[in-house]
Amino acid sequence: MSGAVLVLEVALGAAAAAAGGLAPRNIRVRVAAALTAAACVAAIVVAVDVLGSGHPVAVRTAEILPLTGAGLVLGQLGAVLVSVTAVVAIAVCVYWPGYAHHGLSSRAASCVVPVFVTSMLVVLEAGDTVTFLVAWELMALSSLLLVLVDQDRREETRSAGQWYAVMTHAGAASIVLAMVLVSAHAGGHSFAAIRSQAGHLPGGVRDVALVLALVGFGSKAGVVPLHVWLPKAHPEAPSPVSALMSGAMVNLGIYGILLVGDRLLGGGPSWWWTAVVALGVVSALYGALQASAASDLKRLLAYSTTDNMGLVLVAVGVSGLLADGRHQTLGALAMVAALLLVVNHALFKASLFLSVGSIQAATGTRELDRLGGLVRRMPVTTAVFVVAALAVAALPPLNGFVGEWLLFQSLLHGLEVSGAVVGVVVSVAVAALALTGGLTVVAFVKAIGVGLLGRPRSPGAEAAREVPHGMQIGAGLLAALCMVLGVAPMLVVPYLERAAATVVAGGRSSVLRGGIELELSGLHGVLAPAWTAVGLALVAGVAVGTRDLVRRRPKRRVAEGWACGRELLTPRMQYTAASFAEPLERVFDDVLRPDRDVTVSHVAESRFFVERVAYRSSVGDVVERVAYRPAIRAVRWWGSRARALQNGSVHRYLGYGLVALLVVLVVLA
Amino acid sequence: MTAPPDVAGAVLVAGAQILVVGVGGPLLLGLMRKTRSRLEGRVGPPVRQPLLDVRKLFAKQRIRPQCGSWLFAAGPIVLISTSVMVAGTAPLLTTRPALGQSTDFFGVVFVLLLGSVFLALAALDTGTPFGGMGASRATTIGALAEPALLVAVLAFSIPAHTSNLPALVRDGLSNPQVIASPGRILALAAFVVVVLAESGRLPVDNPSTHLELTMIHEAMVLEHSGPDLALVTVGESMRLALLLGLLVNLSVPWGIATASGMASLVVGAVALAAKVVLAGIAIATFEVFTAKLRLFRLPELLAGAFVLALLGVVTALVAR
Repeated sequence: MSGAVLVLEVALGAAAAAAGGLAPRNIRVRVAAALTAAACVAAIVVAVDVLGSGHPVAVRTAEILPLTGAGLVLGQLGAVLVSVTAVVAIAVCVYWPGYAHHGLSSRAASCVVPVFVTSMLVVLEAGDTVTFLVAWELMALSSLLLVLVDQDRREETRSAGQWYAVMTHAGAASIVLAMVLVSAHAGGHSFAAIRSQAGHLPGGVRDVALVLALVGFGSKAGVVPLHVWLPKAHPEAPSPVSALMSGAMVNLGIYGILLVGDRLLGGGPSWWWTAVVALGVVSALYGALQASAASDLKRLLAYSTTDNMGLVLVAVGVSGLLADGRHQTLGALAMVAALLLVVNHALFKASLFLSVGSIQAATGTRELDRLGGLVRRMPVTTAVFVVAALAVAALPPLNGFVGEWLLFQSLLHGLEVSGAVVGVVVSVAVAALALTGGLTVVAFVKAIGVGLLGRPRSPGAEAAREVPHGMQIGAGLLAALCMVLGVAPMLVVPYLERAAATVVAGGRSSVLRGGIELELSGLHGVLAPAWTAVGLALVAGVAVGTRDLVRRRPKRRVAEGWACGRELLTPRMQYTAASFAEPLERVFDDVLRPDRDVTVSHVAESRFFVERVAYRSSVGDVVERVAYRPAIRAVRWWGSRARALQNGSVHRYLGYGLVALLVVLVVLA
Repeated sequence: MTAPPDVAGAVLVAGAQILVVGVGGPLLLGLMRKTRSRLEGRVGPPVRQPLLDVRKLFAKQRIRPQCGSWLFAAGPIVLISTSVMVAGTAPLLTTRPALGQSTDFFGVVFVLLLGSVFLALAALDTGTPFGGMGASRATTIGALAEPALLVAVLAFSIPAHTSNLPALVRDGLSNPQVIASPGRILALAAFVVVVLAESGRLPVDNPSTHLELTMIHEAMVLEHSGPDLALVTVGESMRLALLLGLLVNLSVPWGIATASGMASLVVGAVALAAKVVLAGIAIATFEVFTAKLRLFRLPELLAGAFVLALLGVVTALVAR
């Protein structure tokens, strides 16, 4: 039965794409969104069935792809990620019709969004390398088209699209190589066949395959130094697309690393996992630092995605290290932490991107320094944004905190059993994660405080109105899930445990126990997020009561804020995003390398009197500047040199042919 | 582990702890001010002055700055809620507090962080330059203090194989040699620096400054008045008492109640008060002889604390 639903899901996705392309303008988006959501519901039905029964669902057809046929096999790990992707996509589908007034309503866009969603689901359901790669490429192309939707209006969009196209295809090439390499050596292209031969593959092949997979999937997950496309493409894409990319697509990078590293190759030497941890630590720190310095709201969120994927990779790597050292239970615990981090990230980040889409639609900007004062003008969107942002900052009683707690517990207990090498790796990881946590708080206090609170900083923010209900509900749905999972993580943890047990070889399926409380079984560690929530709510109620009811006092008065006795407070006197982050920028000057420029112009009569001072400061991406720009320059240089070879003369081309022929003959002889 | 069936007992213990911290916090603040005044050759306000201030503030009118929204009002409420929540469940008077089996050190850190974040958001919500300034500085310091704090927590947790706070205190009682172990001492040193930073004491922040430009914490709460300011004052002083209480119970746990019952609870309260008073006097004395550090020298101090904590982790791992 489930197999049929799986086929139905793909069919619904195709129908949504067709409807988006063919339906008349006035119902186009609504029909496409409804059919896409239906496909996602079908996906969730299958995923829940797989997670409940513990048996994978498989479908094969020989007709769809020539030569090899297409095979779908949905395992437990895939099922977890399918559910996450589908939930995010459903929220986006609820949001989309409202957003259509602001973009993403063209025939092409309505056709491509369902393709993008369905291809992401198929990537997770693929049962062999060919299906996987075809779906992967479809996903890459459809997301590229969606990034470029607004290219007529903005110059930056085109450049972002170029970066994304190059990075995603370099990554795809790397993945193709990795998959071809393992399937050629294993003598079969289905994942099951590769898995059964994994032990017999030569060590060198395994290592090369893993490095290629890390590069390819790492670039999709936005891992430093392959993250450069992310802070360009995520901001330039329309917000529902950003939400899909950041909430669902980057997860596929993590899935890919798990697929190749654990499921296909069955784990490997400890340096694999040490490399994964190292990548994770660098990404987490760099992402958090850049996020705290960013002043473009979507850029901030994009860097925070890099940061969160870094945390996931740390958990994945530590899980591998521990499982490698025959501590399967702890390895499974770290894997549960990794999966919970993925689930959490999808929920809060998609919600944030959708909220920013609402803000952008209402104010026309996403620059923090041109927003402000939205808490009164857009109360629902603000509340949703605040909840999701506090969840990213890992504050209780929201879901981000539970994930972070599990990660710290697995690191703590991992430290206890580990040897010297693992001990050092884990200690450094803990230190980096702790700093990351602090920086994330700065980034999101800034995002809320400067972007939503205070006085409006521009006419656009001044005139903002709350967005249509559909947009509020789409974003709010995900924020509500953040709260639910923050209070009752045990609703999903048992499923994550089972998925983790299929990834970590020999892992036990129950590493956590409890209903209201979350208890590490066999270890000493309990968390009771529900009690924290209840306690906080209770005390807050008592505090409000004490404040308001105990004594009768004059009514609340509104007064001007304190500005050293000045009468007039203007919006320009508020702290801006740049000034808020300035102390931190100064502390991490060496890493961020902010670009500061002060221009003082004097009055004509005397240079002792200043006419105006212009101050400009921007924080670019250091990795891009140091690693990518020189590489691009080098490619350009070689390109212009190579042009000298081609002058259009047929004689010369014939000469080239002759020389090439001679060289081939010499080599063969 | 089954939940303790003794709900009434748990409520009693939590109530006693909240009462002790809630009243003791402002008194501790008064005591520290008194100590400073005496050492500086002044008479100073009486020890119970903060409590009198709170009573006075509660009777006053509430004033909201022009663009303050619900987040501005939520700041003090969330701050006091987090302080009370931790006060109720942390091992202060007894090693078996209410919900003690789920009182995790990491959890406590993040619950307290929730209060700080809301205070910073409330400050930014006022739309005034000082609100932004205080919030920016406070969150920066918080971000730099957090690594030191979490790594110190890790160093505490390694020998005990858990980050459960009551279990850590019990571990100190049953194996006193743990307390004197080098890893623990290094972590404690880091924890002390973090406590000073988090509670806005010298050399990080001057709690008695009256100049807006040098304020950190005071700039953040500049717009709160009347009962809101009272809640902030109580919440902040409770937080100081809490952090000091945890500090002393982790370093000298003796006197804390290990059994249930009124008598041992009273003994625990007296022991806690004595230890916290000593710690408070020590900090106040230290403050008399210290100047405030420049804001941009603070990272060095906090990085120092971080290194101490990391050394603590390494030592704990080696000594294992």
